[in-house]
Amino acid sequence: MADAIGADAIGAAGPVAAPTPHRESGWRRVLRTLLPFIVVAGIWEAVSHSGLFHPRLFPTIEAVAAQFVRLTVSGVLPYHAAGTLTRLAAGFALAAAVGIAIGIVMGRWKLAEDTLLPPVSVAAPIPGIAYAPLFLLWFGPGNASTVLLVAFVSSFPVVFNTWTGVKSVREVWLRSAVAMGAGGWRLFLKVVLPGALPFILTGLRLGLAQAWRILVGVEMLAAVPWGLGWMIFGAREFLNTDVMLAGVAVIGAIGLALEKGVFERLERLTVVRWGMMT
Amino acid sequence: MPYIEVYEVSHAYDTPSGRVAGVVGVSFGIEPSEFLCLVGPSGCGKSTLLNIIAGFLSPTSGEVRIGGRVVTGQGLDRGVVFQDFAQLFPWRTALRNVAFGLEMKGVPKNEREEIAMEQLKLVKLEKFAHAYPHHLSGGMQQRVAIARALAYNPGVLLMDEPFAALDALTRDDMQRLLSDVWRKTHKTVVYVTHNVAEAVFLADRVLVMTPHPGRVKTEIAIRLPRPRDPLSIEFLDCQKELLRHLVEPTPIGKDAPRNGGIA
Ligand SMILES: Nc1ncnc2c1ncn2[C@@H]1O[C@H](COP(=O)(O)OP(=O)(O)OP(=O)(O)O)[C@@H](O)[C@H]1O
Ligand SMILES: [Mg+2]
Repeated sequence: MADAIGADAIGAAGPVAAPTPHRESGWRRVLRTLLPFIVVAGIWEAVSHSGLFHPRLFPTIEAVAAQFVRLTVSGVLPYHAAGTLTRLAAGFALAAAVGIAIGIVMGRWKLAEDTLLPPVSVAAPIPGIAYAPLFLLWFGPGNASTVLLVAFVSSFPVVFNTWTGVKSVREVWLRSAVAMGAGGWRLFLKVVLPGALPFILTGLRLGLAQAWRILVGVEMLAAVPWGLGWMIFGAREFLNTDVMLAGVAVIGAIGLALEKGVFERLERLTVVRWGMMT
Repeated sequence: MPYIEVYEVSHAYDTPSGRVAGVVGVSFGIEPSEFLCLVGPSGCGKSTLLNIIAGFLSPTSGEVRIGGRVVTGQGLDRGVVFQDFAQLFPWRTALRNVAFGLEMKGVPKNEREEIAMEQLKLVKLEKFAHAYPHHLSGGMQQRVAIARALAYNPGVLLMDEPFAALDALTRDDMQRLLSDVWRKTHKTVVYVTHNVAEAVFLADRVLVMTPHPGRVKTEIAIRLPRPRDPLSIEFLDCQKELLRHLVEPTPIGKDAPRNGGIA
């Protein structure tokens, strides 16, 4: 936006410059971010080398890293990760589509709000994993029940936030838009949806975190024959803690990448750019 | 014949604690291309009246006619500017905010952006066409809002204290700018304010309303030549006269004007 800001034509009303954040030098920032990890890694190494625990139960970081490389090269880890990610994508896409639709309907129609809010409020705080046996019985073990459970559980934050977002669209935007001839679908697409976007994005972000958690959990219940959760759980039988830890590391990394790479970027391109969220 | 006719308009709000009168039996007319100011103490019903003319509220009794047609809802024959800076769409640049009405009308993209740019020039903001509202100051945002209300070329411009939240200096600039815009565009303007100097600076005619529940108390024609000099004796005389009507106790009103109508 900086190029758009120049001298104001009238003078008294100058543009409000966006504050430039104080920039630390690059390597210092990297160090500050890494420091906690280095400390934790140090403690871990000290314990694992101390001989207090059996190395099979408490492997060193080198061993986990070596296992990680081996599993990656052999294609085992990518295979499981791909399976998990595919289920995540399917379940979350379903949750996003259905959740946004329900949230909007609740936000726009009083009747839908009155009907849906009580059951949604009751069902939302129940830990997702509690529904898992039910879904496994209904849809049989396998991808269908896993994806549906992920979608079901992760749709709650999407519904709630979309509903709140639609309700919090400013009256003055609606009035101006209506005064300019907007109505029906166009009012909805061009005003209600972008106006509610900060909330919708927050809902999607929370929904994705939910989806990720429940998915790994369900995979452990052996609902599916492969996937990161399954890999971790399976490794227990052979005391392969290094495999478990490599799996956990991958789960953490993927979650972080989705959060930073997808959502932060999406927000920067939209609501942050528009000044609707900082 | 007046272009806008407000005939015996009353409006009562339904609230949990019963019906509250907004305005009671108000009648007046506005000539084509006239700049009319509505002045009155806070809570007397100015916004209510403007919202009825805009079509956001329907009168409980009476009617409003514009160009002979009874107002039943919003219409592209009226442009509306609110007091709230947040009226602009934050997800659209200044230019695309201004083009919104034309977009709704189905004007092709190139054409509507050209027209929108013209309007931004009129309010001296062409340099900021591609800025998002949150990068503009309050005064600039209000100018974009004026350009936006003018872009689809409505005959009537309705403004509810558009500059009330600005600092005094900016407000002076804005008043001058609005006065110029009005002379260039020949719109019929209904402008709500409780700032006496602002009314004298802008208006052809000022309607003074009584305290709540609002009725029309008097009307004063401002015959000063434009551009007006707020420091001239004549200007100050007009201001004094207006103020006298505003603070004079009325037998109808129960609450005294809280801020004396002066800003
Ligand atoms: N939404 C509403 N619900 C109930 N009563 C309302 C509502 N809006 C306004 N009123 C009542 O109607 C009366 C007129 O309000 P209005 O907003 O038109 O006043 P105003 O002249 O614009 O005041 P101000 O100068 O403070 O903006 C007020 O006394 C208020 O109590
Ligand atoms: Mg008002």
